[in-house]
Amino acid sequence: MLNLASIGFSAYEVIGPGLMKTCELVAPAGSLLALKAAVDKGANAIYLGLRNATNARNFGGLNFSDYDIRQGVAYAHARDRQVLFAINTFPQARAAAEWRAAIDTAVQMQADAVILADPGLMAYARDGYPDLRLHLSVQGSATTVDAIELMREQFNIKRAVLPRVLTLLEIEKIIQQTSVEIEVFGFGSLCVMAEGRCLLSSYVTADSPNNKGVCSPAHAVKWEERDQVLYARLNGSLIDRYAADEAAAYPTLCKGRFQVEGKTDYALEEPTSLNALALLPKLLKMGVAAIKIEGRQRSPSYVSQVVATLRAALDAASINPERYSPKPDWQTTLAKHAEGAQVTQGAFERPWK
Amino acid sequence: MQTLQISLAPLAYYWSKEATLRFYVDAMQWPVDIVYLGEVICSRRHQMKQEDWLALAAELRAAGKEVVLSSLTLIDNDADRRNLHKLVERAMAAGFMIEANDFSAVRAVQMAAAGQDYGFVAGPHLNIYHEGTLAWLATLGARRFVPPIEMSGTDLAALQQQRPAHVATEVQVWGRLALAYSARCFIARHHHLRKDTCEFRCEMYPDGLALSTREDQEFLIINGIQTQSATCLDLGAQLPELAAMQVDVLRLQPQSQGMDAVVQAFHLARQVRGIAKVDAACLPAHAQRSNGYWLARPGMQWQEA
Repeated sequence: MLNLASIGFSAYEVIGPGLMKTCELVAPAGSLLALKAAVDKGANAIYLGLRNATNARNFGGLNFSDYDIRQGVAYAHARDRQVLFAINTFPQARAAAEWRAAIDTAVQMQADAVILADPGLMAYARDGYPDLRLHLSVQGSATTVDAIELMREQFNIKRAVLPRVLTLLEIEKIIQQTSVEIEVFGFGSLCVMAEGRCLLSSYVTADSPNNKGVCSPAHAVKWEERDQVLYARLNGSLIDRYAADEAAAYPTLCKGRFQVEGKTDYALEEPTSLNALALLPKLLKMGVAAIKIEGRQRSPSYVSQVVATLRAALDAASINPERYSPKPDWQTTLAKHAEGAQVTQGAFERPWK
Repeated sequence: MQTLQISLAPLAYYWSKEATLRFYVDAMQWPVDIVYLGEVICSRRHQMKQEDWLALAAELRAAGKEVVLSSLTLIDNDADRRNLHKLVERAMAAGFMIEANDFSAVRAVQMAAAGQDYGFVAGPHLNIYHEGTLAWLATLGARRFVPPIEMSGTDLAALQQQRPAHVATEVQVWGRLALAYSARCFIARHHHLRKDTCEFRCEMYPDGLALSTREDQEFLIINGIQTQSATCLDLGAQLPELAAMQVDVLRLQPQSQGMDAVVQAFHLARQVRGIAKVDAACLPAHAQRSNGYWLARPGMQWQEA
């Protein structure tokens, strides 16, 4: 398969008039190894975070040292790929300087864009670095064309990452009404809650995606085994328990089993992964500018295999959208990396509507 | 020294039109200064239409209350977005401020104001964590703001030091905490119904539907697409501290029972800048108190003052 990224292909380029419509593939990297894997497998852009609370995957042992970032940016730039810096948590009242410093660092390290959620931080970036390209993070909770346009008018954002709450129809309406590029998630773990608007984690542990860049953090997790039953606790609260023959899952708060009116069930959401592989031709046709892969917390091997799969799929969908259908071996590969047993197209098709 | 004001936050639950109107008719007699009105959770809820909220707003204003119309928190379709613009235009025509609960509402206010001076309230879901964002919103016309509920007292005190002139601060001091919003409806899910044909089951739960852990710990409340805390925030003991850091408005979350007594407790306390003592009988059914967020701890925790 022709690897379009390897020949410097990017969003909306057309080989011959009207022959082809494609979009960027944006991949996660939580380490230098993952970044190199993403580049090698054909991502157009790689997003990463600094090793502190300024990014929404502030997990222990994850993220880059400054030295690794410089190596990674050089590696990507030498191959005509972009590096996007996610500084997408909310500056805290007594520590906002740390977030502003993260912007300075990103610029010094030759970021191609910064992905921000907080308008105050956008104002800082726009004033200090007028040439810096700004992307609105999914954590910015812009679910409408008005919210996106406000950020364009105020901060000249170039791209918005849409929260995973919109149907394809609504995404298309947004694209038709704004000049801001639209990026959507194509694969990865699914947040059932609207991003940037979920404080469940801090309610139980004091740390949330907004304030610390974490959800259901590992430091609050405790596994207990009693009478062959495994208890998964988050700061003492039971998120789920598993009999010996049940597969245990990480106790992400919204994905536990709870009791409601005497029924025990996944009251909020079952552990599932988003997989939009089958929807790629539709996404391209409606003019989505970039497809994002979730998972900066995942391994280099996840990044490598998921990027390779989505690259192949995206190229196939771009070259021949009418005849495109996801290959079984793509789906097999992605299923290996899915969370829980289930895979869903999520809000895009809204099975629950 | 300025008196602390008391506000009623927008009603989060789905009550019958009759129950809703009765609640606000009662509220006319309560010592609250500000009343937020409107549907903030789900656009499918239809007992109170936009016209009904506006008519009620006029009544409450005639009774001497400042009325603010609150916008829907999660707008995930273009029809709801257009309704938002309608609400903003009508509110403006009638001289009511808007509480913006997402950035669509901020822009709708900008567009409707068209350069005229027209203020708005920046609601708790705009994620105003630091002075940079607060200053930006002030330039767009924010006259009052509600910090995120997860913000600690120490952080709020720091933010208050850098607050722009003419921006007032409103802090939730009582009631269930709004923790999360989703495209999915958990009440419909619980009843094995689709969201679009939900049969309006929210109406069965005037204070939301309790969700407990498999060890029977009261944990969360599901309320349509919203998830709330099972605990009830009580910052009654922090009232002197709030006054000292020049918070302007104490925000109370409406609940179906005992609201008048809750209001009275905070009203008595504000007159002497003392501690508000709310009787345990006023807590929503089965709810424990919490104040953890204020103390920079997990929000569900409670520590006696």
